[in-house]
Amino acid sequence: MTRGRIRAKLRRSQLYTFACLRPHVNETEGSVQGCPRVIYCNQPHMHKKRPLKYCTNYISTTKYNFFSYFPKALFEQFNRVANIYFLIAALLSVTPLSPFSPVSMLLPLAIVVGVSMAKEALEDWRRFMQDKEVNARKVSVHVGNGVFSYKPWEKIQVGDIVKVEKDQFFPADLLFLSSSYEDGICYVETMNLDGETNLKVKRAMEATSPLNEDEAFKEFTGTVKCENPNPSLYTFVGNIEYDRELYAIDPSQILLRDSKLRNTAHVYGSVIFTGHDSKVMQNATTSPSKRSGIEKKMDKIIFILFAILVLISLISSIGFAVKINYQTPQWWYLKPKETDVYFNPVKPLVPGLAHLVTALILYGYLIPISLYVSIEIVKFLQAIFINQDISMYDDESGIPAQARTSNLNEELGQVDTILSDKTGTLTCNQMDFLKCSVAGTAYGVSPSEVELAAAKQMAIDLEEQNREIANAKHKNSGSEIELETVITSNDGNDFKRRIKGFNFEDSRLMDGNWLKEPNVDTLLLFFRILAICHTAIPELNEETGNLTYEAESPDEAAFLVAAREFGFEFYRRTQSSVFIRERYPPKGQPVEREFKILNLLDFTSKRKRMSVIVRDEDGQILLLCKGADSIIFDRLSKNGRMYEEATTKHLNEYGEAGLRTLALAYKQLDESEYSAWNSEFQKAKSSIGADREATLEHVSDMMEKDLILVGATAVEDKLQKGVPQCIDKLAQAGLKIWVLTGDKMETAINIGFACSLLRQGMKQICITALNSDSVGKAAKEAVKDNILMQITNASQMIKLERDPHAAYALIIEGKTLAYALEDDMKHHFLGLAVECASVICCRVSPKQKALVTRLVKEGTGKTTLAIGDGANDVGMIQEADIGIGISGVEGMQAVMASDFSIAQFRFLERLLVVHGHWCYKRIAQMVIIKDFPT
Amino acid sequence: MKGRRSSSDSSSSSKTKKPQYSKFTQQELSACKPILTPGYVIGIFIIVGVVFIPVGIISLFASENVVEIVDRYDEGCIPPNYSDDMLAYIQNSDTNKTCTRSLKATKLMKSPVYIYYQLDNFYQNHRRYVKSRNDKQLWSKKHEDETKNCAPEATSNGLSIVPCGLIAWSLFNDSYGFSIKNKMVKVSKKNIAWESDKKHKFGSDVYPKNFQNGVLIGGGKLNSSIPLSKQEALIVWMRTAALPTFRKLYGRIESDIQANDSVTVIIENNYNTYSFGGKKKLVLSTTTWIGGKNDFLGIAYITVGGLCLFLAISFILVYVVMPRPLGDPAFLSWNRHPAGHQI
Repeated sequence: MTRGRIRAKLRRSQLYTFACLRPHVNETEGSVQGCPRVIYCNQPHMHKKRPLKYCTNYISTTKYNFFSYFPKALFEQFNRVANIYFLIAALLSVTPLSPFSPVSMLLPLAIVVGVSMAKEALEDWRRFMQDKEVNARKVSVHVGNGVFSYKPWEKIQVGDIVKVEKDQFFPADLLFLSSSYEDGICYVETMNLDGETNLKVKRAMEATSPLNEDEAFKEFTGTVKCENPNPSLYTFVGNIEYDRELYAIDPSQILLRDSKLRNTAHVYGSVIFTGHDSKVMQNATTSPSKRSGIEKKMDKIIFILFAILVLISLISSIGFAVKINYQTPQWWYLKPKETDVYFNPVKPLVPGLAHLVTALILYGYLIPISLYVSIEIVKFLQAIFINQDISMYDDESGIPAQARTSNLNEELGQVDTILSDKTGTLTCNQMDFLKCSVAGTAYGVSPSEVELAAAKQMAIDLEEQNREIANAKHKNSGSEIELETVITSNDGNDFKRRIKGFNFEDSRLMDGNWLKEPNVDTLLLFFRILAICHTAIPELNEETGNLTYEAESPDEAAFLVAAREFGFEFYRRTQSSVFIRERYPPKGQPVEREFKILNLLDFTSKRKRMSVIVRDEDGQILLLCKGADSIIFDRLSKNGRMYEEATTKHLNEYGEAGLRTLALAYKQLDESEYSAWNSEFQKAKSSIGADREATLEHVSDMMEKDLILVGATAVEDKLQKGVPQCIDKLAQAGLKIWVLTGDKMETAINIGFACSLLRQGMKQICITALNSDSVGKAAKEAVKDNILMQITNASQMIKLERDPHAAYALIIEGKTLAYALEDDMKHHFLGLAVECASVICCRVSPKQKALVTRLVKEGTGKTTLAIGDGANDVGMIQEADIGIGISGVEGMQAVMASDFSIAQFRFLERLLVVHGHWCYKRIAQMVIIKDFPT
Repeated sequence: MKGRRSSSDSSSSSKTKKPQYSKFTQQELSACKPILTPGYVIGIFIIVGVVFIPVGIISLFASENVVEIVDRYDEGCIPPNYSDDMLAYIQNSDTNKTCTRSLKATKLMKSPVYIYYQLDNFYQNHRRYVKSRNDKQLWSKKHEDETKNCAPEATSNGLSIVPCGLIAWSLFNDSYGFSIKNKMVKVSKKNIAWESDKKHKFGSDVYPKNFQNGVLIGGGKLNSSIPLSKQEALIVWMRTAALPTFRKLYGRIESDIQANDSVTVIIENNYNTYSFGGKKKLVLSTTTWIGGKNDFLGIAYITVGGLCLFLAISFILVYVVMPRPLGDPAFLSWNRHPAGHQI
C-alpha cells in the first residue's frame, strides 16, 4: 500500500523534472531583459499553466527514481573496469568456446552487481526518506480571503504567500513582505547555507511592511520580475510592481530556503523560487566519489594479473598451435584427419585463436571476482561497526559517529597528515570572558587553559626534577607542596557556579565592588561599552527568566554576559534604542536607562572594529568603539593615550595566555560636530553605486579617530573536551597535524600551545611576508624572493640540526601562503612543512584550505584527512582523501560533504587508531586470503 | 537540521540514536590471537622438524621395500627386419605380433604382484580426447543413441557406436601372459577398476554395439556379449590419465615370485605407439602400506623437517646474539627517522 504511494510519488517527481525544464525554453515572452522570470504574488492560480508553471517545491536529492534506477544503476556498475571484464568473460562463457558451464561465471557477476546495486538502492532509499520528511513539513499558506492554513512544503507554489513562524525553516526562497515587527525586519540564521552561526537582519520593503496580519493579504497582489534561478547566495536582481509602482528588490529582501527565522514571531513572504530552483538547491553539489588506497592498489594488481593472464593465454595458445601443427598429425588417437574449428593440424591459426579465448576464460580465475563481493560486504559491516560504536557516541548532543561512505574505512588506518580546522573543531566556538584591563589596571585572576596546561607541564617537569633530586639527595619536600597547590587551584574552579561565557574572577569588580575602585568613571564607561556597543538581541528564556543573547559572534555574547554579571544588564533593543538595567548594589534598586542609537558602524573583517554613536539620557552624544588593539591604538587622540603603555603590557600577557583580546575606546561628540558628520554619513548611505561601500568606509573612518582608550578585554576560546590528549596520542602514532585557521597568527599560536600542538621545547619557524602595500610587480617579486629565502633558510637549519630530538613547528600566514602556494614555490614550502612536526596556517581562506590540502595530498602522495565543521571547510573536506565532518552546532554543510562524521574531535583518535587500524588490517588480510587460491 | 530536531524533541529521540550496547557491535567478543613470539616460532619449528624427519625416514624405508620390475618392450618387440619401419609392422595385421620377454625378480615379490602397462607421450589429457565420450550412454541402455560430444567417433555407417568417442575407440589392446620357471601363472583381471565406476558409471545392461567396425580401427575390440560394467580393462582405460606418462593396472598375479626367479612374458604387441614415438613398458610391482614405489614423499618430509630444524637453530642463534624486546615502538616506520618527532 505505502509502496504504491511512494511509487506514485516517484513517478510524479519524474514529471516534475520535465516541468522544470519547460519554462526555460520559452522564457523570452513578455519579459524584461535580465529579468525573465515573472511571478504574480498571491495569485498562485496564474502559475498553474505554462509558460508560468514553474518547478514545484517538491525536492528530490535521490540519484534514481523508480524507472531510471535499473538502467542508471546498471550503467554505474559497468563503469567499473573489473565489472566490464567480468561481463565479457561471462558472455564468452556462454559460447561453446568455454571450458566450463556459464553458470559459474554468470552467478558471481550477478551477485557482485546485485549487491552493489542493492547498496545503492538502500542509500538512495534513505535519501528519499529524508526528502520525504522535508517535503512533508508543514507551513502556513494563504488560501484566499485572508485565511491561512497549513500545507506540506511540497504543495507550495510560486506566487503563494506563506507565513513562517519563529524557529521555522523557510520552505522556499521568499520575497520578504512583512514581519511581526512594525518596521519590517526579521532575523535569520543562515547556518545551513554558509556555516555562520550569527544572525542576519533582513529588511522588508517599506511599501509592503504594513501588511503584517493575515487579513491584509485578502486583496494583496504584486508582480515580481526577476532573474532566473542561479546558485549565487548573495545576489538577487529583480523588481516588484505593487500598487502601480515599481520597486527594486535587493538581496536583503530575499529569505532563502533552509535558513531559519529567529527572534521574530512571524514573517510573510511571497514564494519566488521553489524546490530545485531555490538557491540552496542550486548550490548543492554531489561530493566527489573517493576511492581508498587499497582499492587503487587492487586495481593495479588486477591490471597486472590481467596482463599475466593474457601472457599465459598467449603462450599457451601459441604452444597449442605449434603442437597442433607439428605433433598431433601423428597422434592417431585424436583422429587428426577429421578436423573442426578447435582442432585443425593443417591450419593451426584458427584453433590457436579459439584456444586463446578458451584459455582466457579458463585462466580467468586469476582475477578474483568473488573478492569484490567479499570486500563490499566486509566494508558494509565495518561501516555498521563504526556507526554502532558506543565510545564514539556523544552524550551531550546525542549524535553517534557515522560512516557516510563505506569505501574509505580502511583508509582511516593509513592517514599520514591531518588537516584540521580550528574553530568548532579544536575549540568549541564558545568564548569565556576571562580577564580585562581597565584604566591600566589588570583584573581577573582565573587562569586560562593555556596557563593551566603550562602549569601542568611545569608540574610534570618539576616532578621529573624531583625524581632526579630525590634520587640524588632525598630532598623533595618543597616542590611537592608547589605541585599540590597547582592541583588544588584546578579543583577550586570546578566548584564555582559556571555561567556560560563568563569565567571571570576578581573580587575587586564583582558584586558591585568596582564602586570602591579608584577609577570608577572609567570602569563605568568600560561596562557601558560592553553593554551597548554590539548588535546582539536579548531573548528571554521563559523557563529560567534569564536573558540569553543572540549575537553575531560568540565574543559579543561573552561581553554581554560579562556586563550583566557586572550589573549592567542589556534587556531590550528597539530599532532606535538600547535599554540597560544598571544595578548599583548598595542601593539594590536597578536603574533602567535608555541609550538612543544614532548610528551603527558595522564590524567587518577589513575594518576590524565596530562603533556605535549613542545619545544617553542626559542628551550627551558618545561614540563607543571596540576593535582589534592595533587598530584602536592607531586611532587614539593625544590625550587618550593615558593607559596605552599599561594596557599594551596587559594585552601581551593575555595574548601569551592564549586569549583573544579587544581594545575598547570612546569619544565624546558635540551636537554640531555630530550633525555635520551625520548628514555626510546619511548621504553616503543613501548613495547608490559601486563606490558606496568605499565612501561609507571613508566617512566612518573620519568619525572613528581621536579616541580615548578605556581598556581591553580578554576572552578565552574554549577548547573542546579531550582535544590536547587526542592530539598528543595522534602525534605519538606518527600522524602529522596541520591546523588551518582563519584566525590571526597570535591566536592560532595560542591555541597551538593550548592543544599541545606546540610545545615549549619546539623551535618555531614563522614565515611572514614583507609588509609592503605596493602592488607593483617588482614589489611582489621582492616579497616572493624574501619568502623563498626564509623557506630555504629554515630548511637549511633543519638539515644542519644535529639533535635528533629537536622538533620544529612551522607557522605561516594566509598572505604569505598565497605566495607559497604558487607553482614554483610550493614544493619548497612543502619540503619544509614535511620536516616540521606541526604546521599552523593562519588567516587562510576556505579556498586556501582546499589548496593546501591538495598540495599535501599530491605533493607527499600520502593519505590526508581533513576535519572541519563549517561551510568554510567543505572545500578542504572534499579535497582530502578522507573528509570528516564534526556534526556539532555549525550546520550540516561539512557533514554533508564528508565521508565520516563524528560529534567531537576527540573521537578522531578512536576512529583512526582503532577502527582505521582494524579495518585496514582486516581488509588487507581478506584480500590476501582471497587472492591466495588463485 | 537533524541536530535541531533532536534537541527540540528532547531526550526521547536522542536516546534512540544512542547505539545499543552489545558485545558484538562494540567488537568486544573475546578472541584469541596468538602473537608469534620468538619462543613460539622456534618451538613450532622444532616440533615440525622432530616430527617430520622420522616420518620421512619411515616412508622412505617403506618405499625402498617395494619391489618393482620395469621392462620397456616397444622397440624390443619389433623383429629386426622391421626395425626401420616400425609403423608398417604394427599397422600390418598379418605380421606376427607375439613377442617373448624374460624378466628377473631381484627380490622376493610377495603376492599380490600388480601388473601395469606404462605408456609414454600419450596425451590422454588432450581436450579433444578427454571430451570425446558420453557418460549417459555408458550408464544406461535408454541413452544408447546419445552420442553428443563423441565426435569424431560418434557414429559408424549412420549407427551410433556404443561406447562412443575417441577414448573407447583407442582402447589399449596389448596382452600379457606370464610364466615362472616355465609354469604358466594365472593373471587375475577382475577388480582392477574402481568399484564406483563399475557400479555407477558403466551400466550392466549396456552392451558394445557397432564398436570398431568403421574404416579406421583404433585400438582393442570388445566382446559385445559382455556388459560394459564387466569390461574392466575398458573402465580402467576410460579413466583418463592427467599426464602424458601414465601407468594403468592390467591385472594381478596372486602368487609370490621368488628372488632370482625368471619370469617369461608373452606379449601380444598390438597397440600402436610407434607413430607418435611413445614408449610402452610393462611394470610388475608389489605394494606396501605406502602404496607403490614412491620415494618423493619420504624425501619431501625429510627436506621440510630438516629445513625447519635449521631455521629453528638459526633463530635461536639470532635470538641469543641480538635479542630485542617484543613490540618495540622504536622500530615503527615513523620512529626510525627521529627528525621532527619526539619519541
